[in-house]
Amino acid sequence: MSRWLDGNFVSVVDGVAFGLLLFTIAVGLSLVFGMMDVLNLAHGTLYLAGAYVAYALSDGTVTGLLLALLAGVLVGTAGGAALTFLTQPLAHRGHLDQAVLTLGITFIVADLLAAAFGGDVLPTDPPTALRGTVGLLGHSYPVYRLVFIAVAAGLALLVYLVFERSSLGALVRATVADRDMVRALGVDIRKVLYGVFAAGAALATAGGVLGAPILGPGPGVDETVLVLSLVVVVVGGLGSVRGALAGALLIGQVQTLGVALLPEYAPFLLFGTMLLVLVVRPQGLVAPAVRA
Amino acid sequence: MSPSATAGPATALPATRRLPAALVALALALAPFVLGPYAVGTLSRILVFALLALSVNLLTGLTGLPTLGQSAYFGVGAYTAAIVATRITDIGPLQLLVAAGVSALVAAGTGWLAVRARGVVFLMLTLAIGEIVYSAAVNWKSVTNGTDGMSGIPPVVPLPGMPALELDGLVYFYVLAVFLPLFAALSRLGSTSFALALRGIRDNEPRMRAIGYPTQRYALAVYSGAGALAGVAGALWVSVQRFVSPGDAGFEIAALALLAVVIGGSGSMWGACAGAALVWLTRDYLGNLEAIAGRGPLLLGLLFVIAVYALPRGLAGVRIPHRLTRKRTA
Repeated sequence: MSRWLDGNFVSVVDGVAFGLLLFTIAVGLSLVFGMMDVLNLAHGTLYLAGAYVAYALSDGTVTGLLLALLAGVLVGTAGGAALTFLTQPLAHRGHLDQAVLTLGITFIVADLLAAAFGGDVLPTDPPTALRGTVGLLGHSYPVYRLVFIAVAAGLALLVYLVFERSSLGALVRATVADRDMVRALGVDIRKVLYGVFAAGAALATAGGVLGAPILGPGPGVDETVLVLSLVVVVVGGLGSVRGALAGALLIGQVQTLGVALLPEYAPFLLFGTMLLVLVVRPQGLVAPAVRA
Repeated sequence: MSPSATAGPATALPATRRLPAALVALALALAPFVLGPYAVGTLSRILVFALLALSVNLLTGLTGLPTLGQSAYFGVGAYTAAIVATRITDIGPLQLLVAAGVSALVAAGTGWLAVRARGVVFLMLTLAIGEIVYSAAVNWKSVTNGTDGMSGIPPVVPLPGMPALELDGLVYFYVLAVFLPLFAALSRLGSTSFALALRGIRDNEPRMRAIGYPTQRYALAVYSGAGALAGVAGALWVSVQRFVSPGDAGFEIAALALLAVVIGGSGSMWGACAGAALVWLTRDYLGNLEAIAGRGPLLLGLLFVIAVYALPRGLAGVRIPHRLTRKRTA
């Protein structure tokens, strides 16, 4: 077993990095659907927009990366607000209409991005200071991925604390449980809606900025990211931060180890994992947040 | 609750609809004598795409299961037909049968997972299934030839002893000869007790279960049948294109098929076909006009957005499945 781990050590750590990237993206999708009941199939497009921001602003310096991160968060916040505005009139009409609308937005934005940046996958390098490798338990490993793991783990902790441990998170969960009661307390419900959507979207674009060196921007990346996020959310359980984390780490491992060990059969492994989890736990790994 | 039984889809055609139906069939049969070769080719593709939309309609419109994964079975059917055509036989009906069988089997296997869920989780699962089949088409190179796709597919032979169909116009008649009986059969299906049970599942599944229907088994049956239909569409696609690539099993096809059904008016067979034609013309024709060359996806996206705000009930004006409009409860 330890020899196996030694032989696949790099893949396993890569899996952790990819899993945390998936968490950063998928948690927004999970919260917006699980709590706000809005299905956003444009979620992968937010990642793609963030990745293009990173490509456009990356100049090899850490300052450039931080600037891109700031710009990405702004783009995500604006995108999330716009998506809230567009989906609100459809709230009473159900999820199929939300799906069609957000798919349409995906097509439009993907086409505009392809027109602006071309049809190729654009390799995006991390800042010069974070290039190269370091020794990690006898293996050499890219510095940037280690930094990414640290930053993403910090983000995950922050999201967990805000949504499940703070009074702000309590307000959001209360809104999910009983809108009328929260409104009666004098809270503007729409602000909560916009806030959750914008935060989820900003996390996805931030994931795009930080993840660009791992999964670079290009046509089709939005779909890949959307599908992986949906798988994470289904496997982890809807509307729960811990579920998104558990699902993301599992799918991250399946993807990287699957590609490393059985490249031809990797897609079937992903399906197999989903099958196994849903047969054993139909609600996902972590039961959904309390709903009304 | 509105009387869903009467608003339901796919009932056998009443007498007042038989004449228009016959006229449409006649117009389709005469089209190659009037239209140019490019238009006939487009019409063939529209018919194939309409079959795929009808398959989505079986799930989304009739049973209330919103699917974004029918491209998976379309792709399985297309690859199966391509393999049969290049290695075994160029006889079309045999390709169709094998493709339908393999697609139905794959649909039964994957559907066993999908029908455990309803509503948006079903949508997510089917989307994931579609994407997995797509990546299988890309990565399983020994079978699918990867991103290069499979070319050199021989022209289809409609029946043993007949010449191979090389001309677009003749292929069109082959497609039409498969399409029309399938459309008629699906219309018939709409008036069976099986279809009534499916509508019951769409409108109130707990009640159906309470009165003794094995709703899971019904859902899996319709899922497998819709998979077979999508597989037939995939096999026809190969006869038309003589080429198959992973893109044919991709997300865009699945999204367009669902859009065709939603635009047409979820639940209506005519609506699904009209929606399919509208979507395909937008993609194939408007997207190729010189002034907006290459902006096909943008136009399609705008069509999605406009349709969802402007046509809440679709072209056919049939209401949206109840299961999706009802607020989720924990």
